[in-house]
Amino acid sequence: MKFFGVENLGIRFGGVVAVDNLSFEVRRGEVYTIIGPNGAGKTTIFNLIGLIYPATSGRIVYQGRELSGLNPHRVAELGIARTFQNIELFEHASVLQNLLIGRHRHRRTALWQELAYTPAVRRAERAQREAVEKVIEFLDLQHYRDSMVAGLPYGVRKVIELGRALATEPQLLLLDEPSSGLNPEETNDMAYWIEDIKKGLGITVLMVEHDMSLVQRVSDRVLALNEGRAIAEGTPAEVQAHPAVIEAYLGTKEPA
Amino acid sequence: MRFLFKTAYEQDLRLFRHGGQVFWYGLLLAVLLAAPWWAGEYTLTLLHFIGIYSIVGLGMMLLVGFTGQISLGHAAFLAVGAYTETLLQAAGWPFWLSLPSAALLSAAVGIIVGLPALRLKGIYLAIATLSFGVIVEEIITRWDSLTGGNSGKHVKPIELFGAKLDGDADFYYLILALTVLLCIALANLLRSPTGRAFVAIRDSEISASCMGVNLAKYKTLSFALSAALTGIGGALYAHKVTFISPEQFTLLVSIELVTLVILGGVGSLHGAVLGAAFIIVLPQLISIAKDYLPSGVAGAAGLQSTVFGLVLIGFIIFEPMGLYGRWLKIRTWFELFPFYRKGMFRRQKTYMKSERLR
Repeated sequence: MKFFGVENLGIRFGGVVAVDNLSFEVRRGEVYTIIGPNGAGKTTIFNLIGLIYPATSGRIVYQGRELSGLNPHRVAELGIARTFQNIELFEHASVLQNLLIGRHRHRRTALWQELAYTPAVRRAERAQREAVEKVIEFLDLQHYRDSMVAGLPYGVRKVIELGRALATEPQLLLLDEPSSGLNPEETNDMAYWIEDIKKGLGITVLMVEHDMSLVQRVSDRVLALNEGRAIAEGTPAEVQAHPAVIEAYLGTKEPA
Repeated sequence: MRFLFKTAYEQDLRLFRHGGQVFWYGLLLAVLLAAPWWAGEYTLTLLHFIGIYSIVGLGMMLLVGFTGQISLGHAAFLAVGAYTETLLQAAGWPFWLSLPSAALLSAAVGIIVGLPALRLKGIYLAIATLSFGVIVEEIITRWDSLTGGNSGKHVKPIELFGAKLDGDADFYYLILALTVLLCIALANLLRSPTGRAFVAIRDSEISASCMGVNLAKYKTLSFALSAALTGIGGALYAHKVTFISPEQFTLLVSIELVTLVILGGVGSLHGAVLGAAFIIVLPQLISIAKDYLPSGVAGAAGLQSTVFGLVLIGFIIFEPMGLYGRWLKIRTWFELFPFYRKGMFRRQKTYMKSERLR
């Protein structure tokens, strides 16, 4: 059974075809990266997978189940987590609370139990906290545990968002430009974490990324996109050397 | 100052974080329990109203402060609660049955009002709820046969398990018990997954939905709970004033409730209670101040609304965290004395979101 794939996926906004008849497959346990120039439709693909935009055409298949038509929150419940290019954290809550919201799909308590805060709720909360602490340790966030998100530096927020996605214990993790806005040192950390997420936690990663050194380091396969269409697929080195990719990024030589 | 040394996750799960909190809340409760002995009739009546408005304030805070959904029609839930209680009491229902019924009916109406909230945001939701409030007021006025229209309805005194609650003190204890109970229930909810889901919706709907929060379910739930609390407040209000008519549930009341939340401090349960106290006490202060003002000003119509408006503007400019935020700052100043620094509570700009998904 296919782990994850999109088939003939397309969306148009009025006259603009943002994603056009796109098909690709992500195998279980790999890091699959989508690259492409600005406006190629990379983030749009993520929003299609997250069911934030309804696809105009095509199918999204995850573990033998068709996603299109589901409610957006069901995507998370099925085990797909994502981060955002521009960071969408819960600003007026502590880092700990942000990560605990990541545990939402694992909650087991009913409303009346929560109103009375029964021992069952207490036990469940303890278990959630322990799960979150594992993420905190994995990403070295101990220092920020009780800080409010509003006011934390950009690099830290980026890591918290990754942590929140990991707290959901996903099987498929969508990372939208994990290195954007990070300095070289932080990007280096991010690369280590992505490798650990793949090897240590066994989570499949689908990533959109611009930083080619990071792409080369962590990706198993790369898909290059231009104007909503796939132009090349293969190992990082193959895709980088592909004439269509070079053309999309650098343009063609003017005939003399 | 107190340093909390955390050694177990249990410490973060407790309702009261340390012995000091237990002591101060215990003292507050003791003072409130003894109120019938130390307070005169006038003060006790104020405490009645503060309790009732606290319950309503909690409902409002849940919706506005924690779920981030604005409502300009909450007077309607107050009315639904008040009229349900009055009519059921008149039909001979016992209080222990009529009060939950008032809460349930308000919750049901809350769900209906919550439905547009699934599609509307911000100012549009405000207008939708505002028109809902006006519609309910109009229905109550026109439905003579049931509500008595503009001539109003008298409310029977409460009878609880065969005993009449006619004294001020009896009624006071009933209100106090309900307020404390609902405060604790709400505090419990807010430290549970449901409460966190509400906060998630407030801060970023898109993220909340990507974490598996069912937006439709939790927004509706928030509206229902908020309406239920407001309905309970309305029922108690009806018993307190013993006579209800449509003009007690106008748009101005809805705005007063929004003011309550903002003055108290958006996003804190303390704020709901502090805001309620402020809303009740301020008009009393104004009427006292009238004696010392020149007759031209004191007799002017709309003096109270003007003062309310000015106070609201003042808070938004100088203390957006409301009374509770101010209290936190004062407390911190004392705790850190003499090391308080000037910029400690400086408001920080949040990062720009250029491509924020809506």
